[in-house]
Amino acid sequence: MTLAPETTTTLTLMVRLRPAGPDGTTGTTGTDGSDGSDGSDGTTGTDGEWFAVCDPSVLVPGRGVAALLPDGRQVAVFMDRAGRLYAIDNRDPFSGAAVLSRGLTGSHRGRPFVASPLLKQRFDLASGRCLDDESVRVTTYEVRVG
Amino acid sequence: MSTTAHAGTGPRPTATGRPTIVLVGHGMVGQRFLEALAERGLTATHRVVVLCEEPRPAYDRVQLTSYFSGRTPEELSMTDMAFVAEHGIELHVGDPAESVDRAARRVTARSGLVVGYDTLVLATGSFPFVPPVPGKDAEGCFVYRTIEDLLAIEEYAKARATTGAVVGGGLLGLEAAGALQGLGLATHIVEFAPRLMPVQVDEGGGAALLRTIENMGLTVHTGTGTQEVVTGDDGAVTGMRLSDGSTVATDLVVFSAGVRPRDQLARACGLTVGERGGISVDEQCRTVSDPRVFAIGECALASDGRVYGLVAPGYEMAQTAAATIAAEGTALTGTTGTTDTADTADITGTTTAASFTGADLSTKLKLLGVDVASFGDAHGTTADCLDVVYADSRSGTYKKLVIGPGGELLGGILVGDAEAYGTLRAFTGSVPPVAPEQLVLPAGAGAPVQLGPSALPDEAIVCSCHNVTKGAIRGAVTEHSCTTVPEVKKCTKAGTGCGSCVKVLGQLVTSELEAAGVEVDKGLCGCFPQTREELYEIVLALRVSSYRQLLDRYGREGARGGDGCEVCKPTVGSIIASLAPAIGAENHVLAGEQAALQDTNDHFLANLQRNGSYSVVPRIPGGEITPEKLIVIGEVARDFGLYTKITGGQRIDMFGARVEQLPLIWTRLVDAGFESGHAYGKSLRTVKSCVGRTWCRYGVQDSVRMAIDLELRYRGLRSPHKLKSAVSGCARECAEAQSKDFGVIATANGWNLYVGGNGGATPRHADLLAQDLSDAELVRLIDRFLMFYIRTADRLERTSTWLERLPGGLDHVRDVVVDDSLGICGELESLMAAHVAAYRDEWAATIDDPEKLSRFVSFVNAPDTPDPVVGFVPERDQIKPDLPLLTIGTRPLEGSGLR
Repeated sequence: MTLAPETTTTLTLMVRLRPAGPDGTTGTTGTDGSDGSDGSDGTTGTDGEWFAVCDPSVLVPGRGVAALLPDGRQVAVFMDRAGRLYAIDNRDPFSGAAVLSRGLTGSHRGRPFVASPLLKQRFDLASGRCLDDESVRVTTYEVRVG
Repeated sequence: MSTTAHAGTGPRPTATGRPTIVLVGHGMVGQRFLEALAERGLTATHRVVVLCEEPRPAYDRVQLTSYFSGRTPEELSMTDMAFVAEHGIELHVGDPAESVDRAARRVTARSGLVVGYDTLVLATGSFPFVPPVPGKDAEGCFVYRTIEDLLAIEEYAKARATTGAVVGGGLLGLEAAGALQGLGLATHIVEFAPRLMPVQVDEGGGAALLRTIENMGLTVHTGTGTQEVVTGDDGAVTGMRLSDGSTVATDLVVFSAGVRPRDQLARACGLTVGERGGISVDEQCRTVSDPRVFAIGECALASDGRVYGLVAPGYEMAQTAAATIAAEGTALTGTTGTTDTADTADITGTTTAASFTGADLSTKLKLLGVDVASFGDAHGTTADCLDVVYADSRSGTYKKLVIGPGGELLGGILVGDAEAYGTLRAFTGSVPPVAPEQLVLPAGAGAPVQLGPSALPDEAIVCSCHNVTKGAIRGAVTEHSCTTVPEVKKCTKAGTGCGSCVKVLGQLVTSELEAAGVEVDKGLCGCFPQTREELYEIVLALRVSSYRQLLDRYGREGARGGDGCEVCKPTVGSIIASLAPAIGAENHVLAGEQAALQDTNDHFLANLQRNGSYSVVPRIPGGEITPEKLIVIGEVARDFGLYTKITGGQRIDMFGARVEQLPLIWTRLVDAGFESGHAYGKSLRTVKSCVGRTWCRYGVQDSVRMAIDLELRYRGLRSPHKLKSAVSGCARECAEAQSKDFGVIATANGWNLYVGGNGGATPRHADLLAQDLSDAELVRLIDRFLMFYIRTADRLERTSTWLERLPGGLDHVRDVVVDDSLGICGELESLMAAHVAAYRDEWAATIDDPEKLSRFVSFVNAPDTPDPVVGFVPERDQIKPDLPLLTIGTRPLEGSGLR
């Protein structure tokens, strides 16, 4: 695997990712419950470190790019018209193909989505939920520029 | 281990002053109960605490087997953590309730957490029954209930099993068997009853099922029990001894012989349980022992004396308990709740009585790919009932209807073909309007009857998961102004359970809308109120070359300033591309903002295939190609390892290109004089031809030359849908021009032009538009015809459907494009002339432009690393997609997170 080397002089702004919590907004655990937090205060530790994937200038509003994580997972990173970034798993759960980054994006009732380029199922970019099949959801990632 | 999910909104105020509902168990029924609480506003008035034993919140247990076809545990999840957070639900996963002190109204969890309750709801579900046979606990014995069970089976199977056996041939047993087979194990099913799925199907249905399942390579042993699990020296399973004396060699055993209610917690705190298990509850799902304690789902013994093992009755119990708590909450707690929300106008009509008196056990399942459905009195236990049976052992189809003495449909069984399930179930209890045998005969046998849902009575239940009647669905359309299936689903909940009624739902919505004369929104999508034709006029008249500008100025109010959608973006992209030279837009689909509008095929100028690879089709005008060019295609395909196939349009398609290979492939092709074939676009594809007068002794015109001329003239023309054409050199029509959008057939005097033909799923013979045209007349007429089509057709509307839809049809088109009745022919011709003049090859322009090329990478951070999911295996001396690669999920449980 030839991952592009991350600049060690961190002056460059990079788009960075890490797995999101189950609600798609924070780093709380909960799907596996294995991170031994006591849960008493309603906040738990975060999973994993931020991983830099690309320069923000390569993102085009309304289109995605695919990024490869060190553990082999593929992430689709999107930017909407307002410049907000989203990242979800690149695998289309209906076909298994890693193509969600190549889908068309849009907004539905104010929420951003991507439509799979294969069979057009739509996925909420923030929550990962499939808008056309309630039982399906893709992993989401936190994304930031820094 | 517990996790409190307050994430996002921060902790809600503490419980002080609010009564507490404690839910023990967070399975599918528990989750439904939480949703029912939220719907009734109880999450606002109550503190809600959930104790969940499994290490993950509620997931879709019914779809468990789909894990083996690539669904990750996360994808099976039914729990939206945003929902949990939004409603302030305190969810403790991996922390089961250990004891209940009813006197003190306290639950103690394994972690030591103690929660006081005002209302306790037990939804502890069930556990798999393992028959008490010797060896049942040996290494290699499993049950099939949780994701953890599945993971353990998968691990063991991969490490050390080639054969597996499932004890139990019921619903879950067949699911488990399917999973084992999916893991590549030679699979046995052992069922004590004389047939598979004894609860759901009768002997005939069981026989049909058996044949089909045996044909799939599974070995079925019916009418025999498991006597002993045999183990080897290492204590691991090596086989099973059956009660008929035979033995089965197997490395792995899955017990799936039914489930039992998990009522230990209830027993331990002195709640009454049934003789054969199950927490005794009344019609409100309240335990008979303690008014503050409810039990719902598979752990409950309902008031009709049954334990229900299906999810739909469990959902109904969840609703009942929530409605009861809402209605009576104040009486017990003395606090003010929003009790009036409990039974307010719920148009599903399910909760007005808020009681659970028993449930319909109708089910429709797809097990091992076989449709199996049973409904109503499937086994014919009603006095004086009669059967109508249709069985076809060749196709593995078996259908039985049970008819009452008065001719009413009482129930039935469908195996192999359950298409009629939705309609039949809805007719249960009434006399169908046609003879029963007509309902089970296959189409083509006897008198097939398409019994539409419009024939159903209003009280017929269409969605049995949510008990929604046809009347309620009609009401959603007529009184609640729903115009689409998703709206009706949201309004009535119909179709949101198992989904088997969605087809019927669609038919009902359409027929109701038509009957009501409701004005259907003709807008292109949720973003634009205009039709495609109206948008075309706006773009052309006002020279709008930007999608954003169009959306912000002409979009629906809520959509302006937004991101559009996958429907309008490519549509507007296509309109702009069709008109680019005329409106001064950049003339390349990947130029600037236009790139973001294109569907993936146009975005990568290639055709996306099922595994994420692409196919490449260079243009071969008229199907004529030199040997040198054929050799180039062969060399390119060989050098890149592509699969080659001759297309129906007289071209060569090369499959299996990775996205990062496309520019390399096209550099070679462009160098050899090829250009894009636009096989990826909604645009002109190909103009086929026969060899024509030049070689053929029957030919009367040079069809190849005309085909090449036409293809080169209209290449790259973006249109509402793809355009296909052909030219035949004589009336023998070897090029099949009459099945094309525009087809040309040579006559002794010139050319005949046919339009609106189609092959494919809805074949249509083209109509003759004009006869005996000269070359110039032909081209001019086609110019006008295509531009008129591009101007007026709907999105994705082929010329055949467009011609049928247009008022006046062919005559109108002839008036416009031949007789110029609208006076637009000059404009149509000049638009086409602008297109022809501005044409340039998209691929040549792309490989010369670093900005456009930058998108052709596998990964933005590893541009040369191939997508690991795209792989190929050999077949017939070429390649084909390695489909198993697509089902190997990168499962979160296996990953160790990011480095």
